[in-house]
Amino acid sequence: MTQSYKPAEMMTVAAARALRNEDVCFVGIGAPSAACNLARLTHAPDITLIYESGTIGTKPNVLPLSIGDGELCETALTTVSVPEMFRYWLQGGRITVGFLGGAQIDKYANLNTTVVGPYDKPKVRLPGGGGAPEIATSCGEIFIIMAQSKRSFVDKLDFVTSLGHGLEGDARAKLGVKTKGPTRLITDLCIFEPDPQTKEMTVVSIHPGVTREQIQENTGWPVKFAATVAETPAPNAQELAVLRELHARTNKAHSEAA
Amino acid sequence: MSQIMSLADAVASTIRDGDTVALEGFTHLIPYAAGHEIIRQQKRDLTLIRMTPDLIYDQMIGMGCVKKLIFSWGGNPGVGSLHRLRDAVENAWPRSLEIEEHSHAAMANAYEAGAAGLPCAIFRGYLGADLAKVNPNIKRITCPFTGEELAAVPAISPDVAVIHALKADRAGNVLLEGIVGVQKEAVLAAKRSIVTVEEIVEDFGPRNYNAVILPNWTVGAIAQVQGGAHPSYAQGYYKRDNAFYKAWDAIARDRDTFMTWMKANVLEKGPEAFAVHARTPRAAAE
Repeated sequence: MTQSYKPAEMMTVAAARALRNEDVCFVGIGAPSAACNLARLTHAPDITLIYESGTIGTKPNVLPLSIGDGELCETALTTVSVPEMFRYWLQGGRITVGFLGGAQIDKYANLNTTVVGPYDKPKVRLPGGGGAPEIATSCGEIFIIMAQSKRSFVDKLDFVTSLGHGLEGDARAKLGVKTKGPTRLITDLCIFEPDPQTKEMTVVSIHPGVTREQIQENTGWPVKFAATVAETPAPNAQELAVLRELHARTNKAHSEAA
Repeated sequence: MSQIMSLADAVASTIRDGDTVALEGFTHLIPYAAGHEIIRQQKRDLTLIRMTPDLIYDQMIGMGCVKKLIFSWGGNPGVGSLHRLRDAVENAWPRSLEIEEHSHAAMANAYEAGAAGLPCAIFRGYLGADLAKVNPNIKRITCPFTGEELAAVPAISPDVAVIHALKADRAGNVLLEGIVGVQKEAVLAAKRSIVTVEEIVEDFGPRNYNAVILPNWTVGAIAQVQGGAHPSYAQGYYKRDNAFYKAWDAIARDRDTFMTWMKANVLEKGPEAFAVHARTPRAAAE
């Protein structure tokens, strides 16, 4: 018997499952942080989590609100300066997986977190790239977690903040990028992986109870489905319990004045 | 040689209108009290540099101190937008704001180049990223040995660096630990500097051999401001006030609410108001 769960919980659980115990993971804030710590607290206890504030091998008991909460430093194996983090650890090629989120994504998994509208006269000014432009090209591969909607899954990005697969199958190679780029996109409806040739993100697994029509209705381009599409296993009792306890601890901690 | 003085004197004697100023601190040790003093002294036409502008630059931009912003991630971490930054970029309120936007890797490398006395920073970056199309300060350079195309950005060498540290000693040396960000690089890259500290001790005593220490001959003005990094934090002294970071969203969303908050909490207060957020290291551990 399966418990009832929310689409956001399915998304976080599916994202956590993508991580391996031996991964060295560069963690983005928000949804990626929840997924990475859920992996650490369930099937991947030895995973190395790295946050761009310089904390290496961190094991936070509550999720950080920022990428530099004291909790990350106190529970880390070691903490390095920010220039060292970006030079030796990220650029040095020591990270196996970068875990990103974004405001907008296109079918080649390029991400926009910079502006909606023209750059010089933006309709909406978003926070910007932060670490993402170099995370996207320096990590061995990239996992992306994003809730699906027509506003966020768009046919054409206003701005490419970080490179996915460009606009064609060999775009990364043409730019001299040697890493794989986005290999998995986990949403609240399904899981996409890039087509081996074209690199267009293609649905390979659909979450329980979700229809192909629903996925299409929430995507701004004609969605491609793989020849064989799996059903994502529903979250099990342990995954749900650990995730809910993590969120409960986090909400309590973040609502207390320091 | 560093000099211990009041924060008001430190800002008045170190920062001039039109200066390029970097208030650094990567989530940890953000120099809020110094930023508030700059607002109170009505410094104008500043070019502000900071990897993560955070609430302190939202406040300085909203109060009209800033002509240009050089940055790499302009949000309220884990919460959302910096509404005063957005209002300046989208609607030119309270004045138009010029922006120069980079990635974190670029800025971290540029601070390091500034500290190293180099004219530019070279790194593997901006591949396939549109920032390189809109920022003329992002260029490509070819490695003379391998032929690899790399990114180059100008070194950051501000007129003034402002940081908050844990301790200074009586001789004017400065110590920080924990998430140390780019503060050492920012101070060494700058012509002048202001360091606020939680406490001033006679002697640092036993310490981690690899603690970040800025010798007194590398630092300008030092001012003690207990709690001066609130609502960010000082490792071992007080925690990040995540509840305040969440509350700021509603305060900053509206121009009037913002101005009312700034008047009551910055314009009509002084650095001593931060002390309420400070706890002794021992109390913080309990």
